[in-house]
Amino acid sequence: MRYVRAFGRFWRDFLIGDTPELAVGAVLVLLLAYLLRRADGAALLLIPAAVVTLLVVSCLRARPRRP
Amino acid sequence: MSGHARLTELVSFTTISKVSTSDWVLASAVFVACAVEMVEALTIVLAVGVTRGWRSTLEGAAAAVVLLAVLVLLFGPALVHLVPIDALRVVVGALLLVFGLQWLRKAVLRASGYKALHDEDEIFRREVDELSALPRASGRDSVGFVVSFKGVFLEGLEVIVIVLTLGAPTHRLGLASAAAAAALVVVALVGLAVRHALTRVPENAMKMTVGILLTSFGTFWGAEGAGVSWPGGDLAILWLLAIYVATTFGLVVAMRRGRPVRMAEAA
Repeated sequence: MRYVRAFGRFWRDFLIGDTPELAVGAVLVLLLAYLLRRADGAALLLIPAAVVTLLVVSCLRARPRRP
Repeated sequence: MSGHARLTELVSFTTISKVSTSDWVLASAVFVACAVEMVEALTIVLAVGVTRGWRSTLEGAAAAVVLLAVLVLLFGPALVHLVPIDALRVVVGALLLVFGLQWLRKAVLRASGYKALHDEDEIFRREVDELSALPRASGRDSVGFVVSFKGVFLEGLEVIVIVLTLGAPTHRLGLASAAAAAALVVVALVGLAVRHALTRVPENAMKMTVGILLTSFGTFWGAEGAGVSWPGGDLAILWLLAIYVATTFGLVVAMRRGRPVRMAEAA
């Protein structure tokens, strides 16, 4: 059981690390893509816009907070 | 030569000569990503070798490479032949998006001064100090073996994920593996010839480039797997690249502008 837990922790650290917002955001982007699967034109704009928002939010979160 | 062999040779020649633009982008992405990871792995191996002796260090590195090769042989063909292409693209898209955005975020924070730049010289010095302090047994050095194995395996695992995720959805595992092998050879030769050359590798710029490429491929394949049919087909990758390049540079400029204000406030 200890090894299973350690194995799970290794993969969690490897894939998610200290940026859980990016892992959750990537899944949401793919969900958005599924919802937009019949709207090709909108997908061309909205999907990259969602990815850009995700990157901006994650970078802003990493800045040191004001005291 | 039999007719069948001649036909096989002709088909493989035609396949090689039909390397498309997206193949070049894919090969470049794999090459640069692998080069970055291998520079990091080589720094660890050199530090371990200098302090703990070369025999155990090289054995550790070789054991890690063998294990990584076994992982590729186990999962590579299985991914390509057993998993339905749309499911593969969704999973690969999600992985590439997460990895790409992680690399891009780190590169943006480094370029805008919120995070220290990756300094291979500093890492080398720290590793040497830490390893020199540990006691040495006679004969094989288990510390050297384990540290070298762990360094190469962890950095190599990222290479494997990149090779599999970029190569599998387009059935170009051979091309992706060749690009990774080329990166291994180039970094190893340069690193062994002149260790200090490693510190001159523009690592952050390379990480930023790879982050943009992985994010673009991740968006493209993930959405395709989810059912989106991109207008313009493969050309949509160029559109995504352009958007992410503009965003990255805009973000770096905006965050650089914001930083001195806060530092002045803090002072």
